[in-house]
Amino acid sequence: MRTLFVLLDKEVRQFFRNPFLPRMVVLFPLLVMLVIPWITTFDVRHIGVAVVDHDRSEVTARLITKIGASDYFSLFDVVDDYTSALRHLEAGEVDAILEIPSGFGRGLELGTPERVTISANGVNAVKGSAGMQYLIRVVTQTCSELQAERGIPSLADAVVVQNRYNPTLEYRNFMLPALMIMLLIMICGFLPALNLVGEKEAGTIEQINVTPVSRFTFTLAKLIPFWLVGFVVLTIAMLLAWAVYGLTPAGTIGAIALAAALFVLTMSGIGVVIANYSVNMQQTMFMMYFFVMVFVLMSGLITPVESMPEWAEWITRFLPPRYFIDIMRAVYLKGTTIAELGWNYGALALSAVIFDLWAALSYRKQA
Amino acid sequence: MSDTILSVRDLTKKFGAFTAVDRISFDVARGEIFGFLGANGAGKTTAMRMLCGLSYPTSGSGTVAGFDIMRQGERIKRHIGYMSQRFSLYDDLTVRENIRLYGGIYGLTRREIARRTVELLDRLDFRSEIDTLVGSLPLGWKQKLAFLVATLHRPEIVFLDEPTGGVDPLTRRQFWELIYESAAGGTTVFVTTHYMDEAEYCSRVSIMVDGRIRALGAPADLKKEFAAASMDEVFRLLAREAKRTE
Repeated sequence: MRTLFVLLDKEVRQFFRNPFLPRMVVLFPLLVMLVIPWITTFDVRHIGVAVVDHDRSEVTARLITKIGASDYFSLFDVVDDYTSALRHLEAGEVDAILEIPSGFGRGLELGTPERVTISANGVNAVKGSAGMQYLIRVVTQTCSELQAERGIPSLADAVVVQNRYNPTLEYRNFMLPALMIMLLIMICGFLPALNLVGEKEAGTIEQINVTPVSRFTFTLAKLIPFWLVGFVVLTIAMLLAWAVYGLTPAGTIGAIALAAALFVLTMSGIGVVIANYSVNMQQTMFMMYFFVMVFVLMSGLITPVESMPEWAEWITRFLPPRYFIDIMRAVYLKGTTIAELGWNYGALALSAVIFDLWAALSYRKQA
Repeated sequence: MSDTILSVRDLTKKFGAFTAVDRISFDVARGEIFGFLGANGAGKTTAMRMLCGLSYPTSGSGTVAGFDIMRQGERIKRHIGYMSQRFSLYDDLTVRENIRLYGGIYGLTRREIARRTVELLDRLDFRSEIDTLVGSLPLGWKQKLAFLVATLHRPEIVFLDEPTGGVDPLTRRQFWELIYESAAGGTTVFVTTHYMDEAEYCSRVSIMVDGRIRALGAPADLKKEFAAASMDEVFRLLAREAKRTE
């Protein structure tokens, strides 16, 4: 026990004596939380639209004004023929074309509406399909408004959509918990790995290996400091989410802290395991990047696990961040309790035990 | 307590097809200063690492401080000190913090550590540097400090791997005075070196050539055996036989 304190004392002193690390632990979450939420958004805006108006009626004028006024669209031009609109699409000047047939306005009043055509550029699939959805919505809305004004019975909206838990369907609220997890993956995974392999490169580890220190004590002394660092990072990130974006957890802080505690132990364990099997910094970095990339892209941080192919979804069951992201989103947005997420907490606890044991067992004092 | 502190028989280490250490056998008596000589690449460091429990022997047997080097590596570590070829104290910790770390690891009490720190720094005439970062000390001082930290817990035997490499002649002399003091205090010293004047200071020396021990005995006896005027000449006679290159 005393040996552990002696080693922890050493690690903490070295950490604070490092000219770079303490600053990074504060600046990294600060920059990520202040910058990334503004730029990673799937809320598509400013979709370039060209309107081909064959009708030139009051109805189309109203439609065009609506499109022009919306923040989602930027109206590029109103033209007379489809070919010139298509040319704009090919030149990349617009993302979608709305073609309104002649007689559209009259048909609407008679109750026998003509069909409008929407052509979207599929190269940027996200923008194209979102553009199509928005255009459909704006056209149907305008039509029902007009019909209502003139007392023409219209098909009432058959489907009423209500977004629960994230009322505005703000992509940012979906991303903020994921960004917190990415911070923990990066900082709490890389730091212990680099610390340990740094000792290998400096040769100081040899002096430790020739002492009677047990590998469990030594490994624990490498894990605990970064566990604390993880809480500092998470606290900064959560405070920023509240102060800058007004997002506070709907559930309890305790539920988040418990999950984070287990997850950080897992990540640091993975870092130490990788460092134990590497000889130098390059090997460690390369392996770490590989796992970080898999974790970030496959754990549902960015795209939902449910929409992955079945085999990929099966693989995600072995990725600890997957359980953590489920917990974070549920607790943050829905206010779910620890008991309701028991399975996820269990999975995280198991992964923490596995990777930390592996970290200690793969540490070789004698080769 | 037996008079032999270290004893190995047919100790061998292979790395793939390469035999770094080839069936060496020798004993070291308690209180000796044992010089472990050999050209670069002769296998000295590999052999020493096996004796310290840093590396498993491929075959052979041996005991250090009464423990089996094959099975009791961790128990050996309580009784030995080791100073590696590379300086391996923490550069970003101060002199005091390094001493406290290793004292704590070996289970010395706080009071004992404080006492030995003062004693150690006095031996080095070093008190003013107690709060200096080790990384900013000159090499000669670092080496002397590393030696005293390696013997802080009063090990029965201390292994020194080229402790005076790159150090000026005056500091080398001071270093050997420290070695003598430790030996006089009952610590056995097992030392590798390339300086043949240092070999003359040893009670006994062995000379390794291509992974094998080619000569073993007191410096005076070896000089007689090889009809040489100095250890330097003995070493050259033997090193010439080496086929291995670095």
